Amino acid sequence: MLAIETTNLTKDYPVGFWRKRPKRVLEGLSIQVEKGEVFGLLGPNGAGKSTTLKILLHLVFPSSGTARILGKELHDVSAHERIGFLPENPYFYDNLTAEEFLNYAGALFSLPAAERRSRTGRLLEQVGLTGSRNLQVRKFSKGMVQRLGIAQALINDPELVFLDEPMSGLDPLGRREVRDLILGLKEQGKTVFFSTHILSDAEMLCDRVAILNLGRMQGCGELKEMLAMGIASTEIVIESPRQELLDELKSYGGDSVRTGDRVRVEIPKESDVPAVLGRILQAGARIVSVNPVKISLEDYFLAQVAKDSRESGGKESRAQLTGGR
Amino acid sequence: MNRIIPIAFHTFKEAVRDKVLYNLIIFALLMFGCAILFSSISVGIEEIIVIDLGLSSISVFGLIMAIFIGIGLVSKEIERRTIFHILSKPVRRFEFIIGKYLGLVFTLFVNTIIMTVGFYIALFYQTRRLDAGDLAPLATIYFILLQLAIVVALAIFFSCISTPIMTAVFTFCVFVIGHLLSEMRWLGEATHSAVVKKVTAVLYYLLPNLSDFDFITRTAHGEKISGALILSDSLYALLYVTVLISASILIFEEREFR
Repeated sequence: MLAIETTNLTKDYPVGFWRKRPKRVLEGLSIQVEKGEVFGLLGPNGAGKSTTLKILLHLVFPSSGTARILGKELHDVSAHERIGFLPENPYFYDNLTAEEFLNYAGALFSLPAAERRSRTGRLLEQVGLTGSRNLQVRKFSKGMVQRLGIAQALINDPELVFLDEPMSGLDPLGRREVRDLILGLKEQGKTVFFSTHILSDAEMLCDRVAILNLGRMQGCGELKEMLAMGIASTEIVIESPRQELLDELKSYGGDSVRTGDRVRVEIPKESDVPAVLGRILQAGARIVSVNPVKISLEDYFLAQVAKDSRESGGKESRAQLTGGR
Repeated sequence: MNRIIPIAFHTFKEAVRDKVLYNLIIFALLMFGCAILFSSISVGIEEIIVIDLGLSSISVFGLIMAIFIGIGLVSKEIERRTIFHILSKPVRRFEFIIGKYLGLVFTLFVNTIIMTVGFYIALFYQTRRLDAGDLAPLATIYFILLQLAIVVALAIFFSCISTPIMTAVFTFCVFVIGHLLSEMRWLGEATHSAVVKKVTAVLYYLLPNLSDFDFITRTAHGEKISGALILSDSLYALLYVTVLISASILIFEEREFR
């Protein structure tokens, strides 16, 4: 059984004051998320990531298409017994303390009082809020609220955890902690479905990703496969080469950068690498390293999004694409 | 169904930690002090003034609390997006609405008890005695609670379809009109215009007739409230609240939270 399965999920929102017309924010999303995997939903702001999460959590309703969570239809909220959710920029009740809030969250899962107490203590420790357990949420920093949000998402020991921009607004230390928490969930065999526009996080955490832009899916697959799809270039570092050799390597399209007595040459075509290496050795220069430069997720992401934006009339600005980094 | 109680308890807890609530209770207790003051400068009607002003304070401050806290019940949860946290749990939408409603009614019940204690302290201070006859205002306080239960249901209904400010405006307007329905109906019957007749008749049957719950002046003058009236008004309030909460649930079930 799949953890999440969507088929042609589409969402239109009515816009306009008098004459309402539909604005498509998600179009034909079909994804399958296996149990136990960390799945990332990537895309710039307005791509449809949060809408997808809200549809899956039955907070908004799809205009067409179907979806199942843990084998159940979306309207069947009994599936929520086994899921946890951290909303984007969470806001919780100001007047409650962290402990009271988690106790309330546990009560909504009908957990017995003793179980709620023990889970609350354990989770507060896990997210590093034990010392603030009796502090009202209004006095929390943004990072503390985010950590409390993660704790409440785990109060029912869920099989499937939805995290909407979990690193949003966190400082580097906070992001590291959240990353470790997600990795911990993966180790426990839980399925994590999270949306982000911070690509380095996705690169570090996800088994598979789907890329969304302007409501449409641009690509979906295993991260390592996606990134291995192309080697951008090969970087060769040579020690003390003669200028004639460097001039000769230019014919392979290799730009060179000198640092001290070492020169880094980048060869764009993978097929030229054996010939280039042979020429360097023939010239008597020492090869320090040869490294294939893989396409980063960011490169892949930007290429996909830019392609789609061009097709859609370039609505998205490039600057928006890697926001949050 | 077992999620209703935690939601109601949480609503109560949130409400009792709201500073607005304490300010209102303090104002209400100050009003009892004023009632003592006014009665002390009256001759022969001291007890009437304490009862009239005291019960009016319970009614007015109860109404303000019902509107102030009631408008935040649903709309604030949506505005601050705490609703995401609730509805992502195995909570059915009707459980949320009913839990919220019961939580606020319970809050108002507890506040009314506090104000009732204040009222009886003021009454005792003025008359220097309390006997079985002084229990009559309790029936009036029960009617005030029934009114507040309807007002809270109105606030929930409007907050399902409107913004917090408009919810407050609508709820207050219905409260005022609800107290003038009998006069409105009389006006409709007295007029020659068929349109006015129809409009007043529709409003009379559509809006809650809150003047039927107002026994403050009559209680102050020693009039007793019959058991039959208590029963019929209780049934009327129950029916009205059921209709409003059912309508709120139907609207809420279809609502999307972007």
